[in-house]
This record gives sequence, structure tokens and C-alpha cells, in this order.
Amino acid sequence: MTTEIERTPGDPVADPGLQPHQYRPQDVDGAQERRTERQIASMFGLATLLLLGFCVAYFTIDGDMRIFAFGDPAEGNAFGGWSAQNFAFGTTLGGALLLIGIGIIQWAKKLMGDHEMVEMRHPVRSSDGDRSAVMADINAGIQESGIGRRPLIRNSLLGAVGAMGLPAIVLLRDLGPLPHSQAETVWKKGMRVVNDVSGEPIKPADLEVGQLVNAEPAIFFETDDEGHPVVHGHDLLAAKAKAAVIVVRMRPQDITPAKGRENWGVDGILCYSKICTHVGCPISLWEQQTHHLLCPCHQSTFDLADNGKVIFGPAVRSLPQLPLAVDGEGYLVAVSDFPEIVAPSYPELARDQKKLNEKTGGDA
Amino acid sequence: MALLALLALALLLTGAAYATVAPETATAESASSVSEVEAGRQLFVVGCASCHGLNAQGITTAGDEDEAGNYGPSLIGVGAAAVGFQMETGRMPMAQTAPQAPRKHVEYTQDEINQIAAYVASLAPGPARPSDEELNWQSVDKEGISEGGEFFRTNCTACHNSVGAGGALPSGRYAPTLKGVDAIHIYEAMLTGPQQMPVFSDEVLTPEDKRNIIAYVKTVQQQGNDGGLGGGGLGPVADGLFIWLIGIGGLVGFSVWIGMHGTRSKKR
Amino acid sequence: MSQNTFTRVEDSPTGKKLAGPVGWLDDRLGLAAAGKKNLRKVFPEHWSFMLGEIALWSFVVLLLTGVFLTLWFDPSMAEVEYTGSYAPLYGIDMSAAYASTLDISFDIRGGLLMRQIHHWAALLFVAAMIVHMLRVFFTGAYRKPREINWMIGVGLLALGMVEGFAGYSLPDDLLSGTGLRFVDGLIRSIPLVGSYLEFFIFGGEFPGEIIIPRLYMAHILLIPAILLGLIGAHMLLLVYHKHTQWPGAGRTNENVVGYPMLPVYMAKAGGFFFIVFGFLALMGALIQINPVWAYGPYNPSEVTAGSQPDWYMGLSEGLVRLMPPLETTWFNRTWTWSVFLPGVGGLGVLFTSLALWPFIERWITGDTREHHLLERPRNAPVRTALGAAGITAYVVGLIAGGNDIIALKFGLDIFAITWVLRFGLFIFPVIAFIVTKRICISLQRKDNETLTHGWETGVIDRSPDGGYAERHAPLPDTAAYALTGSRERLPELEAETVHKSDAYGVRNPDYRKQSFRQKMRKFYYDGSVDKPTSHDMDHASEHLAGGGEHPVVLGDDFQGVSETGVPRVH
Repeated sequence: MTTEIERTPGDPVADPGLQPHQYRPQDVDGAQERRTERQIASMFGLATLLLLGFCVAYFTIDGDMRIFAFGDPAEGNAFGGWSAQNFAFGTTLGGALLLIGIGIIQWAKKLMGDHEMVEMRHPVRSSDGDRSAVMADINAGIQESGIGRRPLIRNSLLGAVGAMGLPAIVLLRDLGPLPHSQAETVWKKGMRVVNDVSGEPIKPADLEVGQLVNAEPAIFFETDDEGHPVVHGHDLLAAKAKAAVIVVRMRPQDITPAKGRENWGVDGILCYSKICTHVGCPISLWEQQTHHLLCPCHQSTFDLADNGKVIFGPAVRSLPQLPLAVDGEGYLVAVSDFPEIVAPSYPELARDQKKLNEKTGGDA
Repeated sequence: MALLALLALALLLTGAAYATVAPETATAESASSVSEVEAGRQLFVVGCASCHGLNAQGITTAGDEDEAGNYGPSLIGVGAAAVGFQMETGRMPMAQTAPQAPRKHVEYTQDEINQIAAYVASLAPGPARPSDEELNWQSVDKEGISEGGEFFRTNCTACHNSVGAGGALPSGRYAPTLKGVDAIHIYEAMLTGPQQMPVFSDEVLTPEDKRNIIAYVKTVQQQGNDGGLGGGGLGPVADGLFIWLIGIGGLVGFSVWIGMHGTRSKKR
Repeated sequence: MSQNTFTRVEDSPTGKKLAGPVGWLDDRLGLAAAGKKNLRKVFPEHWSFMLGEIALWSFVVLLLTGVFLTLWFDPSMAEVEYTGSYAPLYGIDMSAAYASTLDISFDIRGGLLMRQIHHWAALLFVAAMIVHMLRVFFTGAYRKPREINWMIGVGLLALGMVEGFAGYSLPDDLLSGTGLRFVDGLIRSIPLVGSYLEFFIFGGEFPGEIIIPRLYMAHILLIPAILLGLIGAHMLLLVYHKHTQWPGAGRTNENVVGYPMLPVYMAKAGGFFFIVFGFLALMGALIQINPVWAYGPYNPSEVTAGSQPDWYMGLSEGLVRLMPPLETTWFNRTWTWSVFLPGVGGLGVLFTSLALWPFIERWITGDTREHHLLERPRNAPVRTALGAAGITAYVVGLIAGGNDIIALKFGLDIFAITWVLRFGLFIFPVIAFIVTKRICISLQRKDNETLTHGWETGVIDRSPDGGYAERHAPLPDTAAYALTGSRERLPELEAETVHKSDAYGVRNPDYRKQSFRQKMRKFYYDGSVDKPTSHDMDHASEHLAGGGEHPVVLGDDFQGVSETGVPRVH
């Protein structure tokens, strides 16, 4: 199978053509061939055994059995802790599959015929005759349909098919409600700031300088007359996604409040939204000495001693601050809802913020 | 005692700030708390005062308002818990100035640390070291552990990661791993807020909450990784490395084997 | 054992057995005509042609394990109290989706293994697609007539990433919820329509109660169906065009040399499926992935340090981390560029340039021929260098996406890493481009050297006047042809200057377009070295034949010598 191709000016070396076939040891040596055969068959045999082992493991290994090595699990310094089931199932199944695969390929490589074959390519392009035949057919079709001669039918059909897009879009309308202002959260005047998880209210005296409390509005822990939580399920998650806060205490002399924010804190206790203004991760990586708050998602960094200003990272807006006061029983409460919009920016943010400013009369 | 004071003073004068002569005799006879406080003061003057001041009042560096900082912070009112945490994990004394004091080999004996703790505690009221009862996390039941998990995820994972693998902070600082940390030190860290870590006082995170958190961390650490070799709790970054190095690497290896022209024989 | 000893099929026991069923089928489907052409279709052999197969087989593994997982997974965000066997989460309120994922992991035997295989296969699927795409790119296999198949491939990659992300979000654990929160922020940042899209996709405010059922539908029905269709088209086109091959003795642009589909490739491809599945099963057995139980249920006020997307979303994640703050207020609306540009723009630029590249290259080179021989990367220096620059930018994005982990593990300052990468995103690719291009050109020179001067033999001659010289032996024709077979001759750029107006002063209306194209051509071919001409080769072989020297006898296996003078043997 040697096809000598003419050497063209662009082609410095002529194609020497397909080289003579070389045989494998298995092709010429019967003993070698039988050895390879046994080798492949034993792979398949072993695979069968492993698959049986899988079934045995399925019925014998207990779900909470774990594999440890080197060290004492009770001390917490042991390596492993792997689920024995997962380990046994995976190694038997994986081993069997690998052996089957390797066996089949070994068969193809070593024993199946391996004479190289040549197949000629043909240009993808059809012949000129075929092309003009197709063009003629298309033309005939267009002519016979009269689509060119009957613009009324053509255009009204195009209009009707185009209009089919309208129901398709309209049908999607109920995917969700129209967006409403996202300026409000559940915080309101006089609502207690309580410890997350436990729901305990917080007294200023409970906080030391350098303290961080991950807090929530008290309404999340309130129950109605029948003992059911007032906010629960999805509503709770949606409300939390905007209302979660952190309360921190710094030395009052370290804080530089902006104009109008001088009385938003209580003895150096300030409250900020926990929701990053970048894309909304909850932030509580607070460095008590530098007063910096770092978002673990994209490293936006806010200075809590300086009104939550952004000092690094992709966030643009400062972290909204919740004005604090103390109620009659001496617990921390919110003075109002956030004067700035919490959570990530959205297109109508500028409009909503303007409305919010007008409502509160503030200039935040 | 006087001999000891003299010895300490001599060492201070020769500038051997890190000399850690173990006053074996002193520990043996330090029965009363007064003598323990005094022994602690001696040790403090030798090993700690160069940064924290002779009376533990702290040393402030000069500079503009922004740049002025603590060379060593005041230890008045930090309590025995802070000393226990810092010294028993080897963080104090620091070997050099660094963004953060790393955990390292402990240079002081337990008795010496107790003495220094007693001394610092005597300066002003501060958090005491937790009792055995407060640390008895093994007694926490199933509900307590999962409540500890809730507290852990709310207050701790943002910095320390959900399996306690630690996390990065700005400027080369970091939240250290919680693996292999004793229950008492987890407790004291929450109580005192060492370095950049915020304080979680007993009023807000009650001793019971703290014990539940420790129980959760310890339980999760003890049971290991069900799924096999863990990426050190680093999540998808480690998984990505594994799939490229092991997955793509291994299967490309198989591809090379499949495409390889095997041995050929000259015989025919 | 030679082929002459085979019995005729009709006479063999298998032949007799099969004739019936084959006849029955052909009577009804008439498949023999198609089968005749395709059963023994020839495929060329090279390890790099198996990379796409890794992606294909991991997709099959995804289908198999995915079906298993659907039997228990409950795609619902309804709140339930967990009472399963994973003690540290006992009694916690969580979504049914998360609870059922925990059940699959701890209470269904083999469930954890299937989850882990499924997740590893997903990571492998995208990675293998990228490796396969790089092979196609760097060898020029996307050139005519294969541009459409290249674009299908780009579509597969994009869909694969979306599919992976949807799956990552389903368990509703803290990590996947944080990922969804990011996507919510990303959708919000789309100018003007952001809030509308957010409310429509999430069915209200984030997180809503319907996003997981919707993602589930997309993950198990919509996207897999499109993927399956596109994969089918991809493979049909592969068969129709016949696979490309490397140049070599007897392998030309007009033929394809290799082994037949039946039985060799049937066995090799089928065997490779078992290997990919087995490999993934072992990974699932030994390496933990996505331990959702450790993250806890999603809660919008909780987050974990080291929150990352799966690796294929690392580019977007990294670019978002690198982006400096940028937000403007125009027309009483907020335009959040710092999220929108890197989050949507980065992948947009990547996929657009990938899809358009074959056409851009063709416009530059003006090459309208069909190409079935693969080009060595060195012989298209600018293409290869652009690929290297692209990889570099991609890797910068990936590193930025894991900057917190890198800072933690290597004790670095996270802000410093961000700053280095902010500049590096623009500087490193340029460096990679220049370096790669120079390396390619050097390799071209080395090829020319080998072609005209032959192999070094390690035999040293001393001339009568005391000089030393090494004998060279001519390259065998097979090796010389492999080096030159698919190497394109460079166009003569000087002959193609574009003029503003012709000799009669008539303005050339296409001047700007033509001169731009001319500039691009110069850029594309700049520095490339042409392959030797036949004249060069004749001259060289005369020289190598030597005048009157006694011949050096080299064995058949001789393949040149290594740097240290040791003969290389095949």
C-alpha cells in the first residue's frame, strides 16, 4: 500500500508512503499469544470476584462503621474516618470496572487484528452537478409556492408566526411577581436586637470592647398566641437575607462617626448590616483591633470605625448602619429601619434610596 | 525568694529577656496564692515586661494618630484566661514581631504559666480560666451538639471555616485552624478574643453555648471524613486541584497507553 | 495467524448465527448500506484523540449516577426537621432538598459513593472538554471543514458549566446557597432589567421557595437533553468528516490511516468507558468531595471561610474578586459594573472569542482549503502564542478565585495577591504570548536544521589539518515527511501591499479594511520561518552524501543521538 505522491514545489519531501507492517510478539509467538490471553481472562475473572465482593460488602458492612489509621479517633488525631461502606463499594466497583476496561483494551491492542487500513477522504463539498440540482429544486419550490408573488400571504404569515412569540413571552409572566422596592427590612423603631440562634436580648453592659455579636431582629424569635413563630420558613430566610446584623463594641475614641451619626451608637456599640453590599454574602470576619470587616466571598473590606466605608475589594457602597438605642429595660433596640438600602445593588437602587431619603428626611 | 528575685533581676539586666529558668524550687513551695502571684510577677518581669511594661500596663508606640499602636497591649483586666490561652498555645511570648502571633512550641512549664496567670488575674478582675465542668463537652447530648453547630456556623465559620480549617484575613493575618486545639483553649479564645478575634463574652454566648460549640467541633473532628481523603477542608479549590492532577493526569496517562504502539517483533 | 487462514464469515459459526438477525433487521430498517460504510470505518490512532472521549464517558457516568441520585433526591425547599442518622445536625430545621441529600449520603447504601462519583465526573467532564478543546485549538483541527463542530464544542462547554453550576446549587447546603446568593447578586447587577430577572428567576425575593425545583428541572431535563443532542451532532459530524490525523508516511490530506471501528475502536472506546468509570469510582471511594454535611443547611446569615464555586466557575469568581469598585448612577438607575463586567463579561468574552476564532483566523490567512492533517503547534506560532496567552489569563482568574486559600496555605497577604493579579491579568498573558511565540519560532528553526543537516551521528572526523567535525546522517524519508507534511508554506507578504488609490488616482473604497487585514496578516506571520524548499533539500542531501568519505554504517533503528552522543533507539 505505497502511494507515491508527486513532489510539488511547496512540498520539499515526497510522501514515502505507508510503511510495511510490523508484527507483534503475539502475532508470531504462540506461547506469547496464549500468555496474553490468560492475562486478559484473569483480569475479567478478578473483576467478577470484585463485583461479587461488592454485593457481599453491601449486605455485611454496617453504615456507621468507619476506617481509621494512625492514631486514636477518640483523641481526634487519627487519620481517616472514612465510611467503610463507601470505601468498600467504591474500591470493588472501581477496581472491577478498571480491570474490565484494561482487559478489553489489552485484547484490542495485543490480540485483535492490527493491520492499518487506509480510507480515502472525499471533499465535503458536493459536486457542482448536485449543487445546481439542489438550487434548481429550491427555486422550483419557491416558484411553485409563489411566496415571492404573493407578499400578502407571505407577510401575514410572517406576522402571525412572529406573534406566536408573544404568548410564549406572556406565558412566562407568572414566573414571579414584579419587583418591588427592596428598601425595607423587618427592622423598625424599638425592635430589640437579639443574639442569633439563642434569641437572647442584649444589654450594653454585656458587651466588652472587642466584642462581636451576630444578631437578628427580635421578631424572628417571637411566637404568636398558639406558640408558632411569627416569621418562619421561606419568609424567615428572605427576611434574614436582608435583616441580619452584627453588633460590635469599640472604644468610643476610636470611632469617627459621620455627620448625623454621632448618636447612632451606645457607648461605642455599633450595629451594621451583615449583608455585603457587593453580592450579599453575610460578613462577620471582624478584626477587633483594626476594626476591619472582611467578606469571605470576594474580600470586600469595610472599616466599622469609619461608618462602614469600603477600604478594599469590589464592593462600592458602605455597609449600612442600623441606629441603636436602649429601651426602658436596658436592652439594645433599633431606632429605625436601615436608612440605607441593604444587600447587593440592583438597577432601581438609586431611585429607591432617593425615596427612602425623602421618607426619613435624612441625608444618608 | 530573695535569691530568686536577685537572679531574675540579674538576668533582666544582662538583657536575656527570654531566659526561662525554671524555678523548680519555687513551684514546690508555692502553696499560698500570694506567693504564686509573687512568683508570677517575677516571671512576668523577666519574660513579658519588655513588651507589656513592668506593671503590665502595656507599651504604646509613638506616631501619628493612625500609626500609633500597641507594642504590647495592656494586660490589666485580661484575666487568667487570656494568659492561659496565649501561653499554653505558645503564642506568647512572641519570637518576633509579626502580623500575628503563631501557635508554636510552649516554652514555659505549666506551673510557671499558672503563676503568671495568677499574677495577671491579680491586677484587675478579668475572665478566669474555665472550670472542668464548663469544659466537659463529652457530656453534651445530641441536641446540644447540633445547637452548638448552629452557634458555630453563625459565629465561627466565617473566619475559621465550616470544618475549622481556618481562613485568611487581610495583611497576612489569618484565623488559625481548630484542629488539635484543646477544648480549654477554644473556650478561652472565645472568652478573651485574642489578637484580631472578637470577644464572645459569657453574657452573650453563655458557658453552656460555648461548651456546645466545643462539643460540635470536637465531634465533627473525631468522626473524620466519611467520603475519604479530605482536601483539608479547603473545599472546591482542593477538589479542582485533585481533578486536574489526579483525574486528568491519570486518564491522560491511560490515553497515552491506549494510543501507544506496543512492542513489535522483527520475526515473521 | 495471517489473514489468509480466516474462515469465510458465512461458514463460521458466528456468521451462521448472525445472518438471521442481521437479515431480519435489514429487511425492516435497510441498515446494511449504512453499516457497510461505517462498521469498518477507519480511525487514526493518537493519544490526544482520546481526550474528548474522557469528556464523553464522564457524561455517560453522569447520566448513570444522576439517575440513581434522582431516586431519592427531593428538590423541595419546604422546611423539615432533620432526624436522619448524621448526629451533629440532629433536630435542625432545613430544606427537604438538603435533608434528602444527607439521607443519600448516610442512609442509602452506596448513595455517598454515587454522589461522590457524580460530582467528580462533573468536574472531570468540564476539565476534559477544556483539555480536548485545547488539543483541537493547538493543532488547528477546527479549520475548514470543521468550524461548525468547533462551535458545537464551544456550546457544549458553556452548557456543561451551566449544568454543573445548577447541580452544585441543588443540595441547598451553606456552600451552594452562598453560590446562589452570588448568582442573585450577579443577576441583580444586569443593567435595567436586573430586578425583573431576579424576581422572575427566584419567584420573588431571594431565596424564595422555587429556585431549587427550577434548577432541578434544568439540571436533570432541559440542559442534559440539549447536551445529549449536541453531543450526538458533535459525534455525527466527527464520523461524517472523518477524524483528522497527524502527518506521516502514507498519511495525507486525502486519506485517513488507522484501525477499523469494528472491532478495534469498538473495543478501545468501550474499554475506555470502563476505565473512566472505574477511575471515577476509585476517586469516589478514596477522595472526599463536597461534604455537604460539614457545611450545614443554607442560612442567609451564615457563611464559611473558603467559600468557592467549583473550579470551572473559578474564572468568573476570580475576575469578580479582582475587579476594583465601580458603580455609576445614570438616569436615576444604578449600574453595578463591578459585578456585571467581570461576572457576566469575563465568560462572555471567553466564549465569544472562542466561537469566532476559526473565522477570524481564516479571514487573516485567507485560507479556504480543507484541512485534515493536523498542524504542529510550532508551525502556527501566533495561534499557539495566543492560546498560551489565553490559558495564562484563565489561570490568573483561577488563582484569583482561590486567593484566600492561597493566602492561608502559603502565609501570604491576601490584598497583595489581589494587587499582583490585578496587574498580572494584563501583563502575564503578554509575556506568555511573547515567550511562546519565540519558542515556536526556535522550534521551527530546529526543524529546518534537522531537515537540511540530518541527524548527528556521534561519529567525529578529524581532518588532515587537525579540525574536528561531526558526521551527519540524512533523515529517513518517513521522519522528514512527518516534519514537512502539514507545514504550510508562508505567503509572500511583501507582494500584497494595499494602496489608498490605484495608478489612475481612483480611491480604493476598501482601503481601511484591506490595510487592517494586511496588518493582521503581518502580525500573524511575523517571525515565522518557512520550511525548506525542494531546492534546499536537494542541496542538503548532496552535501550529506559527502564527497569521497567512507560511509558510516547506521542500523535500521538509528534515530539520531542524544545530547550526550548516545544513539536513540525506537
